[in-house]
Amino acid sequence: MELDRIQRSMFDAVRQPLTAGEGMRQRTRDGKSLRSIANEIIKPNDRLTSFERLEIYNRQYWFRILAALSDDFPGLRAIVGERRFEKLATAYLLDCPSGSFTMRNLGSRLEAWLREHPEHIAKLESIALDMVRLEWAEIEAFDEAAKPKLTEADLPGLGPDPKFELQPYVRLLDLRYPVDDLLISVRREQEVADIVSNAVTERIRSRARRRRLPKPEPVFLAVHRADNSVYFKRIDREAYTVLCALRDGKSLSDAVDAVDWSGRGPEEASAHVQQWFAYWSAQGWFCKTT
Amino acid sequence: MPANRFNGFTQYGVGIGLRIPHYRHILEKKPVVDWFEIISENSMIDGGRPLAVLDQILEQYRVVQHGVSMYFGSVEPLNREHLKRLKALVRRTKTPWLSDHLCWGSVDGSYSHDLLPMPYTFEAAAKTAQKIREARDFLEVPVVVENVSSYAEFHASEMTEWQFLTEVVERADCGILLDVNNIYVSSRNHSFDPFEYVNSVPHDRVAQIHIAGHSKFEKYILDTHDHPVIDPVWNLYARAIELTGPTATLLEWDDRIPSFDEVHDEALKANRYVAERVGA
Repeated sequence: MELDRIQRSMFDAVRQPLTAGEGMRQRTRDGKSLRSIANEIIKPNDRLTSFERLEIYNRQYWFRILAALSDDFPGLRAIVGERRFEKLATAYLLDCPSGSFTMRNLGSRLEAWLREHPEHIAKLESIALDMVRLEWAEIEAFDEAAKPKLTEADLPGLGPDPKFELQPYVRLLDLRYPVDDLLISVRREQEVADIVSNAVTERIRSRARRRRLPKPEPVFLAVHRADNSVYFKRIDREAYTVLCALRDGKSLSDAVDAVDWSGRGPEEASAHVQQWFAYWSAQGWFCKTT
Repeated sequence: MPANRFNGFTQYGVGIGLRIPHYRHILEKKPVVDWFEIISENSMIDGGRPLAVLDQILEQYRVVQHGVSMYFGSVEPLNREHLKRLKALVRRTKTPWLSDHLCWGSVDGSYSHDLLPMPYTFEAAAKTAQKIREARDFLEVPVVVENVSSYAEFHASEMTEWQFLTEVVERADCGILLDVNNIYVSSRNHSFDPFEYVNSVPHDRVAQIHIAGHSKFEKYILDTHDHPVIDPVWNLYARAIELTGPTATLLEWDDRIPSFDEVHDEALKANRYVAERVGA
């Protein structure tokens, strides 16, 4: 049998979802016999059938990617509960298998997928989607590039109505629930995992316990990095609007004009903007323009 | 063969894998360690703590890159984005050689994140060797391939695993990362003599050796890297260095990771075998 055919057959088998008992299914999702596939490509030995040998890889595949996704989304786990998370994670990974050499990107399509499959987060849709957005933003903020910071000396070169570029690691979120506080409390109980080359002996059971969910409360958040740690910084709605406009390439005057300043005088607005920019600059959120 | 063209003519001694639970100990205590092996994929990123820690390690230690997802044995072409990021990391670490596994793990751009075993065929050897050559040409650093632990054998195989390894490295003209724990694990799973394996590989191509622990189950052994090295694996290591000379050796301990000192002490046992067998 040719290499290409062997790899396609084995890969398809390895990615079949496990049974409730964490064994290999008898048939693929499209009805092919996995015993026949195993017998066709894999030799039995004196201890294991072809099916049992293939099953080792089937189990490893799921144990590894479910553990990785579970590590990346402990907040979602805490919201929906372990059993429901495992079901949605399996369904998601069947629809969106890893397309990257690193498991870091496993959850990159989870928010979009959940929007298409809201049945997996029924009755918790808003808070669950908020949490997924926050957890993905945290992953990106953790290891996105840091460009050279914009300094005071760079300001004259930006012109009379400058455009400010945000650091790639700064993520802006408008949330309907205070999931930042929830995630911080969940994270305290989580261990850090790494990519390594060893085999996995068992499904790693996560420890994120379900907890009381917060009431709705609009939160505007900048997820950023300082001294190589990720922080969640709550900001005003108006500051969020300005930052989003700058991120999207608007000039400073257009960004400030995007805010609804009704009820505030020009002096008060100006004071706010100055205060925000002083903080954002001190944090190094702006980078030299490319 | 301690220093050869496959390991950049280096003599690196005994190292351990750089793992998160040991970061603080290493950065604060600065223990004397011959070298660290990093998993390339953990540092193929654009910024943040992993790169900051790596840069601090690089200031004081020698680092060698070990990859887990190049998949030289997959039929599909090498991932160009992967190669570009890997090359950037090679420039950062100045690794004298770079290793990845003799395995496959992706189809049509989907990744298993596992080290799937090769069918030992001449077709597979030729395709794999071609990809190793392409990677080496792009990365401009010696590339060595590691034998993996396996739990399955294919009807299609036309030769033994060690014959396949030899066929691949000679076609690719590359080095070997000889993992003696993987040889032991596979020998138990497939009932072959592990010493025949060690005796048969081209010793002049061995650039590095891996040692590790594993887990025994009723009907098979898994390569879990979560235990000390057992005596039969040390015996294979002793035989390997008799044949290769004292070679850069690395202990892998990836799960249930004990203290830094415990891991390092386990790795340094290798020096006893070097002294006994080759009198270094």
